[in-house]
Amino acid sequence: MNALSIYVTDSATMLRRNLRHMRRYPMIFFIAGIPIVFLLLFVFVFGGTLGAGLGGVAGGRADYVAYVVPGILLITISGGATGTAISVAMDMTEGIVARFRTMSISRASFLSGHVLANVIQTMAAIAIVVVVALVIGFRPTTGPIEWLAAFGLLTLSAVALTWIAVALGMLTKSVETASNLPMPLLLLPFFGSGFVPTASLPDPLRWFADNQPFTPIIETVRRLLLGGEIGSTGLIAVAWCVAITLVGYLWARKLYDRDPAR
Amino acid sequence: MTAPGTPPAIRAVGLRRSYGKHLVLDGIDLEVAAGTVFALLGPNGAGKTTTVNILSTLIPPDGGEVQVAGHDVVRDPDAVRAAIGLTGQFSAVDGLLTGEENLILMADLRHLGKREGRRRAAELLERFDLVEAAKKPLATSSGGMRRRLDLAMTLVGHPRIIFLDEPTAGLDPRSRRVMWQIVRDLLAAGVTIFLTTQYLEEADRLANRIAVLDGGRIVAEGTPDQLKRLVPGGHVRLEFADLSELEKAAHVFSGASRDDEALTLQVPSDGGVGSLRGLLDRLDSESIVVGGLSVQTPDLDDVFLSLTGPNREQKAAVR
Repeated sequence: MNALSIYVTDSATMLRRNLRHMRRYPMIFFIAGIPIVFLLLFVFVFGGTLGAGLGGVAGGRADYVAYVVPGILLITISGGATGTAISVAMDMTEGIVARFRTMSISRASFLSGHVLANVIQTMAAIAIVVVVALVIGFRPTTGPIEWLAAFGLLTLSAVALTWIAVALGMLTKSVETASNLPMPLLLLPFFGSGFVPTASLPDPLRWFADNQPFTPIIETVRRLLLGGEIGSTGLIAVAWCVAITLVGYLWARKLYDRDPAR
Repeated sequence: MTAPGTPPAIRAVGLRRSYGKHLVLDGIDLEVAAGTVFALLGPNGAGKTTTVNILSTLIPPDGGEVQVAGHDVVRDPDAVRAAIGLTGQFSAVDGLLTGEENLILMADLRHLGKREGRRRAAELLERFDLVEAAKKPLATSSGGMRRRLDLAMTLVGHPRIIFLDEPTAGLDPRSRRVMWQIVRDLLAAGVTIFLTTQYLEEADRLANRIAVLDGGRIVAEGTPDQLKRLVPGGHVRLEFADLSELEKAAHVFSGASRDDEALTLQVPSDGGVGSLRGLLDRLDSESIVVGGLSVQTPDLDDVFLSLTGPNREQKAAVR
């Protein structure tokens, strides 16, 4: 077998291992549950007031449901990534990783298995969140091609953030710390266009919000689901995903290959 | 020791490794013939686990040449990994999977194929008395069962060289005997076994050759019998009526090992008349009252005590 086919075979084996963990100790209800609570909170508690500020035709809560769903979907992805940081950190505290390291298997397969499993789990959680959003009045206005493109971009984002989470999971020796490290990923949608338009933010914050990766991703998903000119925003979103994936992958590889005794 | 033409299974020359400023292995040489059991014996902190971790490619050495199964551990770790199996000190099983799933995971990673993987898993479950653990997640399994599964997982791919880092630490006497039998069966099947232990009895029973590691250096190496010959006469066992006398005597004979429960002190000695007289004179001049005295034939405990840091026992007792 050549290196690529070994990588694919071993990653599939590791994926099966992680999916089995997920089946036995399902986290998907937490991963979907927390964004659903946020969705209900933002729509029914804050939505009337926040929606009025959007200046849309329907006004109020109905406008805000449409606005907030893409941000909630990114929160779902960040939550899933947090779960990966925890399960990687748990694996690293066990002897099983020492066993993997002394076996003649593809080095990256252990990491890829975690990423693939989490992306599958996260996309399933996204489906649950979307169903709840539809129930409370989210009405996408575009066709199946745009839906598919939105799904594709969300998958890319999940891959990117999960690779970062895998690295974060190996950064410390404690599971507790690993569970806190991805916190910025959960906060970034708030400091972007996830919950309010960036135009409403004070200057320095607005500059940050306009130029951080979550904003183009959220904007592209929003326009794919609700219509609007996508233009270069879509390209910028995809470029961010590719760049974050690359950084996350190289960082995770470096941490996994470092001398575990030092 | 190695038959001409047969390369050694493991060969290390001048192996060095430190953690930060702490030097753990200070240039050790090892040679393990294929198809033998080699025991690395030493007290806690001697560097046993570090040695195993380097030989099994888990951590790199700082210096020295190391070949395992004929391949260099630094230049060609994957070739080494394909030939070895490691059962470390800490359970390397996946606690969220069942026993059977753990074995099949190993079979898949060894690319055995689905049918052969299942067959091998079933065979190992049977052989290691793991049928009970086959279908339930391991989180609830006993230490002995986890250890057996750990070793079974190591054996899935038929490794030619197996590293066992303190394979019986923390096991009850029965599980320990089961583990010893497994090692003997592996040896009979032609596998080379490199094990570490702090139990002398274990090394004596299992190993063809023993190296004693202390403070990062090999302080003695040979067959169990050769090592025993290093301390001819074994030791003198002194019995005391109370703890204060034992205390005094322990102070005088600093290389001795004391047993506060039995009120005895084992003093390394060649057992000859001259040295016995010297010992008695010493006791006399310190006015130590001895209840009883016996001369013991040598065992590996004596080798261990006389070779590994003379004050180690005392330090341990103070702590």
